[in-house]
Amino acid sequence: MNQLLASIRIALRALKVNRARSALTMLGIIIGVAAVIAMVGVGAGATARIQSQIQSIGSNLIIVLPGSISSNGVRLGSGAVVTLTQDDAKAIAADCPSIAAVVPTVRGAVQVVYGNNNWATNAQGVTPDYIAIRDASMMFGEFFTTQDVDAAAKTAVLGETVAQNLFGDADPSGQTVIIKNVPFTVAGVLSPKGQSPSGQDQDDVILLPISTAVQKVLGASKANANSVGNLMVQAIGPSSMDQAIEEMTALLRERHRILPGMNDDFTIRNLTEVYAAQETSARVMSILLGAIASVSLIVGGIGIMNIMLVSVTERTREIGLRLAVGARTRDILSQFLVEAVTLSVLGGMIGIVVGLTASLLISYFAQWSTEVSALSILLAFLFSALVGIFFGFYPARKAAFLDPIQALRYE
Amino acid sequence: MPVNVTEPVIEIQDLVKDYTVGEMPVHVLEGISFRIDRGDFVTIMGPSGSGKSTLMNILGCLDKPTSGSYKLDGISVAELNRDQLAAIRNGKIGFVFQQFNLLARTSAAENVELPLMYTDIPARERRERAMKSLAAVGLAGREDYQPSQLSGGQQQRVAIARSLVNNPRIILADEPTGALDSKTSIEIMAIFQRLNREQGITMVVVTHDRDVANYSGRIIHFKDGRLQADETLAQPRDARQDLERLAAPLPAPQEQPV
Repeated sequence: MNQLLASIRIALRALKVNRARSALTMLGIIIGVAAVIAMVGVGAGATARIQSQIQSIGSNLIIVLPGSISSNGVRLGSGAVVTLTQDDAKAIAADCPSIAAVVPTVRGAVQVVYGNNNWATNAQGVTPDYIAIRDASMMFGEFFTTQDVDAAAKTAVLGETVAQNLFGDADPSGQTVIIKNVPFTVAGVLSPKGQSPSGQDQDDVILLPISTAVQKVLGASKANANSVGNLMVQAIGPSSMDQAIEEMTALLRERHRILPGMNDDFTIRNLTEVYAAQETSARVMSILLGAIASVSLIVGGIGIMNIMLVSVTERTREIGLRLAVGARTRDILSQFLVEAVTLSVLGGMIGIVVGLTASLLISYFAQWSTEVSALSILLAFLFSALVGIFFGFYPARKAAFLDPIQALRYE
Repeated sequence: MPVNVTEPVIEIQDLVKDYTVGEMPVHVLEGISFRIDRGDFVTIMGPSGSGKSTLMNILGCLDKPTSGSYKLDGISVAELNRDQLAAIRNGKIGFVFQQFNLLARTSAAENVELPLMYTDIPARERRERAMKSLAAVGLAGREDYQPSQLSGGQQQRVAIARSLVNNPRIILADEPTGALDSKTSIEIMAIFQRLNREQGITMVVVTHDRDVANYSGRIIHFKDGRLQADETLAQPRDARQDLERLAAPLPAPQEQPV
C-alpha cells in the first residue's frame, strides 16, 4: 500500500514536469468520460419518460376496437360499422378468467359550457372501472358510481384541462355544466396524466356514465344504443396478456357468429406491447449514445498510449539508470503503468464532474430529462482506469524490457 | 604470524564475449582472466574499441559473457536471470558514469536514494543513508539542490554518493573524469582514494587517461580484447597531496607584475 502511494507520488511528479502535455492527454479521457455520463444520462432520461407515459395509459391494458366488415364485397374500414356492444363487455368480464375488468366506452366531440366559459372537448361514456383500468386518481370530488350508470344520472367527471379552462384552479365539484343543453353536475376532477405516448393530452376529456352519454349526449339511435366505440380491457397480470387476448378473441368470434376461416370483425390492440417497443427503442438509443461516447474514451486512451510512448523514449536514459541501480522489470513496468493509470483516473474523475455538469445543463437548457445513475458514474470511472491499464501496458512493457546498456547510452 | 588472506571480489576466467554484427561475428573479449581482491584500487586502461567498456558492462552485471566464468563476491553470475542480476547490481555494485546520469528536476538527496527505492528499506532510513552518503562526498547541506544547480564536479559527487548508498562491495566507475576538467578530476580521484582507504571499498575505474590511472594501485592494460599487461604501482599518486600542491602556488603569479 505504501509502495503504491509512493509510486503514485512519483507518477504525479513525473506528470507535473510536463504540465501542459499531461493536461492535454487527460483532456481526451475527460471528454470521453463526460460524454459517456452525459449521453447515458440523456438515454436513461428518455427511457424513464417513456416508462412513465406507459404507466399513465394504465397497466396491462388491451383495447378492443370494432373491426372492418365486408358489405357486398366492399370492405369498410375499422369502426365503420359498430360491432361491439355493452353486452360484449359484460360477457367478456364474466367469462374470461384472464381478464380483471372491462370498460365499454363511447366517445364524441362536445362543447361544454359553464357560465360565460365554454370549451370544446371529447366526452367519453365509461363505467366506474375506468379508474382502476387507467390507474387514474381523483384530484377533486369522487368518480361516479355504478348506480349512476344504471340510472343514467346526469353527472360528469372532468379532466384537468377541462376543469382548468372552465373553473380555473377552483374545485368545481357540485357545480353544473351544460353539455348539449343538458345540465350535468360535476362529480369531480381527475388528477392530471399529461401526454399520452402518442402526444395527446389525456386530460382534455370529460367522463360521463356510458348510459347517460349514449342517451343524452351522443344521440345514438335506438338501433345501436347498445353499441360502443371500443372496449378497454385489463388483464389480470402482465404475463396474462396473451392469454387474455386469446380468450377474448374466442369469445367474441363465438358471440359474433364468425365462422372458422372468416376474418374477425374486431381488432385487439395490446397497448403495452406497442409502447414497450418504444421503450426498447429508447433503450437502444441510450446504448448507442453510450457506445458512441465510449469511442471517444478509447480515442482518449490512444492519446495516453501515444504520450506514454513519447515519455518512455524521452526517459530512456532514466530507465537505463534505474535498471542499472537495481530496478527489476516489474518496478519499471509498474512505474509507467501507475503513471498511465494516474493520468486516466485523474481524467476520469474530472470527466465525472464535467459529465454531471453537462447533463444538468442539458436538462436545464434543452428541457430534456436526464438521469445520471451512480452505476453509470462507477462504470465510467472503472472504464477510464481500465483504459489507462490497457493503453499504458504496452509503453510500460516497452520500458521495462529495455536493455540497460543501450538505454544508458541513449542520446 | 598473521597470514595475509586476500579475499577475491572479482574472479573471471577465460571470459569471452562475441557480438554478431549482421552475419559477422565480432570477438570483443577473447579469453580474459584476472582477479581483483577486496580493497584493491584497479584501473582498466586501453584505447577505445579495446573491449574495456564491454568488460565493464559484464563486471557490472549489465551484460552476460558468451562463455567463461565470472564470480562476483563468490556468486557465479553467468547463470542468473534478468531480475536476479538486478538484485546483484542493487546490493553489491555501485555505478559511476561519465555523464553522471542524475535524474533531472530531482533533488540531490532523492537522486542518492534511488538505489534504495528498489529495496524494502523504509523511507526514513533511506533518507538518513542518503544524507550520510552526501556527507561522505562533502556535499552535506546540498541535499535539496537539483542537478542543474550544481557544478559538474558536484554532480559527479552526487553520483558517487548514489553509488555508495547501498554499501556496495565494489564501485565501478566508467570514465568518471571524462566530462570534468583536470582539477575536478583530481578531486573525484581523491574521493575515490579516501573511500578505498577508509571504507575498504573495492574500486574499479575505467579510463584512457594515464594521469587518472596513476592514482590507482594496479593498472590492467587492454588491447584488442586481450589483457596486455597487469601493472602494479608500488607508489600510486596521492590525490589529496596533488590538490594541496595545486592550491599552494596559485597566489604566486598574481603577485608578480607583468
